[in-house]
Amino acid sequence: MSTATDRRAPDDKVVPGETSTPPGGRSGRDALSEMSNPHRARAVKDVVAKVVMWAAFVLAVVPLVWILGTVVAKGFHMLTTATWWTGNQRNINSDDFGGGARHAIEGTLQMVGFTALIAVPIGILTAVYLVEYGRGHLARTISFTVDILSGVPSIVAALFIYAVWVTAFGFSRSGFAAALALVLLMIPVIVRSTEEMLKLVPNELREAAYALGVPKWATVVKIVLRTAFSGIVTGVLLGIARVMGETAPLLILAPYTKNFQRDLFNGNFPTLPMMINQDRGDFALATAAERMWGAALTLILLVLLLNVIGRVIAHFGAVKK
Amino acid sequence: MSTVTGVSAADQTPGPDGRRPLQADTASTGRMGDRLFGGAATVSGVLVIVLVTLIAIFLIVQAVPALMDNSANFFTSRVWAPGGEQPAFGILEFLWTTVTASTIAMVLSVPVGVAVALFLTQYAPSWMRRPAAGLVDLLAAVPSIVYGLWGLIAFAPVFKPVQSFIQDKLGWFPLFAPTGISGGTICFIGVVLAIMVLPIVTALSREVFDQTPTAHKEGALALGATQWEMIRTAVLPFGRPGVISASMLALGRALGETIAVTFLVSALADGNPWSWSLFNGGETFASKIANNASEFSNPNKTGAYIAAGLVLFVLTFVVNSIARVVIERRKAFTE
Repeated sequence: MSTATDRRAPDDKVVPGETSTPPGGRSGRDALSEMSNPHRARAVKDVVAKVVMWAAFVLAVVPLVWILGTVVAKGFHMLTTATWWTGNQRNINSDDFGGGARHAIEGTLQMVGFTALIAVPIGILTAVYLVEYGRGHLARTISFTVDILSGVPSIVAALFIYAVWVTAFGFSRSGFAAALALVLLMIPVIVRSTEEMLKLVPNELREAAYALGVPKWATVVKIVLRTAFSGIVTGVLLGIARVMGETAPLLILAPYTKNFQRDLFNGNFPTLPMMINQDRGDFALATAAERMWGAALTLILLVLLLNVIGRVIAHFGAVKK
Repeated sequence: MSTVTGVSAADQTPGPDGRRPLQADTASTGRMGDRLFGGAATVSGVLVIVLVTLIAIFLIVQAVPALMDNSANFFTSRVWAPGGEQPAFGILEFLWTTVTASTIAMVLSVPVGVAVALFLTQYAPSWMRRPAAGLVDLLAAVPSIVYGLWGLIAFAPVFKPVQSFIQDKLGWFPLFAPTGISGGTICFIGVVLAIMVLPIVTALSREVFDQTPTAHKEGALALGATQWEMIRTAVLPFGRPGVISASMLALGRALGETIAVTFLVSALADGNPWSWSLFNGGETFASKIANNASEFSNPNKTGAYIAAGLVLFVLTFVVNSIARVVIERRKAFTE
């Protein structure tokens, strides 16, 4: 209830983040009756703002819980069947129950692994350029284009690869073409996270190396990159997690197959997002819906696993400031 | 930098201690190793520029022949028949759906996102801040196809009554006019997009709010401001450019979102009458392209879709450039 301390609330609050002082205990009627008092009005506004912020946070958490809850509840059953982890979808129609997802899991991992193989060196070297070498116009232009590239919609990246790979060069669609599109989406993530980590490396380390006569390239490779190593790994893992769930490039460049397929360069290629997409038209069928939720849960688990590993590495290997 | 957006509004500004950000030096010795390594780094950087340029060039080169053959006005026509002898296609419908759905997403997600960011930086008890921020970031890690699946199966039935309620009560207003389409309306897509881009707005805003100089905040409090007044006079003005650029990046993401929208849209039949209603169906650029990926048979047909993709590219380019300019101006201001 209203107390003397509460009445002085506006003047009391000089400590940022202090939570015990807000006049939360005052009753609404009390506040309203004194609206005419300017100090009261301010205090009321303060409380209203606080309530709004809490409400906004709760509002933001609702869809998260709802989405994760639904996926787990509806997809869990699928993951407990033995064939899910060993089989594929061959000869399984949308009104058949179950089947395996191993072909799609392997395909997704293979594709993002291949993507990382191309995108990571380019991304890290670009970040090294921006932090250790770049000055003036070229560095500014590169930094700007990295931002533009990070804003390119995945469907546009896919169209670009289609225009180059299929229309101009005459190759057919394949897992490799989709991986190329994913490279475009992954590079900016790697560049930005690596850049951030390199900036955390204290300049004193570089200066100490120079003072010992170590050449610049050796300083970067053996001192700077090594110091920032765990942070860079985290960035790479988050980058992989990011492209793993991309579907648009697969839709345009890598048609789905229900069979095992390890050849990235020829023919259709199985991936988890495309496995979900496969049953889209039949989502009203319980069997198809269950398979979609199962594949979605598998995909989320893979993405979360990468995120968790990344954060654990970041936590234990962070650059000490 | 935020791992959610891949872009930083803050990394160019001085730290809280006022030190300038790290600057590259040119302490190269001209040795072979230095030249090789420095060269490789430069080549990678230039490669990124080349890639972005190539994206623009290839899209333009392959879109132009199709556009030359186009017998309809590309910007004002609502017909989409790119095949055949007399190709005719226009993007008006996609432009309307894309921009409207993204606008709805912005209207919903920016205020909520900023409020959540303020909550995470100013209001949440300190034990709660990190886990809560992690929770919101988790939303960003969920693949967009899962949003599509959730929207299609779990969210659509819940949203339907809300839609018909609005149509019943406000149907006299052209924007809310009933259209007979119940699922996959522009409004519904906008709401799902809002949920998808919320973490982006939150993550970037949080980053800039966190950087508000303590002196500003303590100054406001020392003058007798309430916590809300302190936020209004110190935190929000400081963070405004960051919030604007965060919103722009989120807008870019919403404009280009593909698979979730593809899952949810209801395509309109050919020759349907024009409607201003938010409860109409209609494809966005991205969903139209994605839905017809299997139709890329002849070059002219493909060219039409590439032309649509080019418009989308230009849209997101402009939006992202605005975000970048706002960040740059803030940098110039703070340094």
